Amino acid sequence: MSFLDDFLIRATLAGIGVALAAAPLGCFVVWRRMAYFGDATAHAAILGVALALAFDSAILVGVLGVSLAMAITVSSLSNKGYAMDTLLGVLAHSALAIGLVAVSFLQGVRVDLMAYLFGDILAVGRADLAIIWGGAVVVVILLVWRWQALLTATLNPDLAYAAGFDPKREQMVLTLALAVVVAVAIKVVGVLLIGALLLIPAATARPFSGTPERMALMAAGLGAISAMLGLQMSYQYDTPAGPSVVVVAAVFFAIAAIVAPILRRSGH
Amino acid sequence: MSLVEITKLTVRHGHNTVLHNVNFKIDAGEIVTIVGPNGSGKSTLIRAIIGALRPNAGSVARKMGLRIGYVPQKLQIDPTLPMNVRRFLDLPTRVPNREAREALEEAGAGDLASRQMADLSGGQFQRVLLARALLNKPQLLILDEATQGLDQPGSAAFYQRVAQVREHLGCAVLMVSHELHVVMAASDRVICLNGHICCEGEPEHVASAPEYRALFGTGTGGALALYRHQHSHSHDDACEHDHDHPHEAAE
Repeated sequence: MSFLDDFLIRATLAGIGVALAAAPLGCFVVWRRMAYFGDATAHAAILGVALALAFDSAILVGVLGVSLAMAITVSSLSNKGYAMDTLLGVLAHSALAIGLVAVSFLQGVRVDLMAYLFGDILAVGRADLAIIWGGAVVVVILLVWRWQALLTATLNPDLAYAAGFDPKREQMVLTLALAVVVAVAIKVVGVLLIGALLLIPAATARPFSGTPERMALMAAGLGAISAMLGLQMSYQYDTPAGPSVVVVAAVFFAIAAIVAPILRRSGH
Repeated sequence: MSLVEITKLTVRHGHNTVLHNVNFKIDAGEIVTIVGPNGSGKSTLIRAIIGALRPNAGSVARKMGLRIGYVPQKLQIDPTLPMNVRRFLDLPTRVPNREAREALEEAGAGDLASRQMADLSGGQFQRVLLARALLNKPQLLILDEATQGLDQPGSAAFYQRVAQVREHLGCAVLMVSHELHVVMAASDRVICLNGHICCEGEPEHVASAPEYRALFGTGTGGALALYRHQHSHSHDDACEHDHDHPHEAAE
């Protein structure tokens, strides 16, 4: 017996793990105006699920592989004359469609697509939990390690070059981290809601932050609280778990959007 | 050796040759200004010097361990990125409070530490950029059209500040500018660039060179006279090589 036997505790820990990694990463997604990047990578993950099932390998491997391929494609196409938002839109929707078509070819395998689209956080087992926290720790370490270089490159690529950083390499670091987060989060919130967990806490924290660090920490806190409250709500009212987490995060955003201008007017 | 030495640099963007066979060097303590019309490759040359682009031919040699302070042409800070002045100075490496304060004072931005970058005026923003560039005690300070968007008194004050900084730190300064009269008067050496180096030398020499006048007309010669007396004689021997731009300078 341990407290991990309770499915709700496992689910909550899983949610917190994803939120802690997704929120600071989401800050970069916001700062660099790559909001669709998370979606594009996440949508590609469905193709990864299909491939993993077809080749009978672990879902995590398939999702990670395809997410990485997607992220690298976006990175390398991004300065070839397409606007970033157009490129991401094309790739995100194509990847999702290709994934869904690929899934339909799988004979004899019944895939619960809903589980991958919306996640199934209540079914998280101990092994899943280990993967989620492992992934989250890797991402956070990566972000902390490259933090200064990432920030400099985000501000201005030429500043990064002058300081001896290669902004393309830093972009790769972000891309890599994003692929890891998507791969570990797919079970928790699902493909369609990963983008929400990246963006909403970061956007909520923005008006209350004077420095990038503060925004990242606050976003991580908001994400974790959203996961906890969302799962409580899901348990109490029998609502779907992943969407409940996102609803709580959205409510925080709405409150912030109302409160921030009032605070600013009163001189804070 | 020189701080930076560029030999036969050629840079292409697609099929377009932006820089062709450019030789350039800058020595310790020198103030060098690059002038040239839009699209003449000034910023490209700067980006080659800081290592932001790979030359298609030729070489860029930097002195071992060269410390460069770089003030970019413009810095658009996304409004979603919270960044106060003090935090900005911590990029790319964190600095102690005392050093940050000194750099801000040196750049004339002493009272701005707690302000958000997004709330600064154009002149304040440029001074903060300068302060950041001073933090690593640069041996070479690079200013790429650093006064774009500032009015005449604003940019004159900024360049005066740069001159003081140079005096104090003894660093070399490499500037790119359109504001010829302000900048040229303060320079040891001026390089007139238009895809290749048209002419170079002391400010008076360049201002009266036919290659320079072909690019900028004679009007700037008069403006230069605000700071230096006009030279009436011409340097016909300024350049021997061929030019691919027209030379119908109206006198």
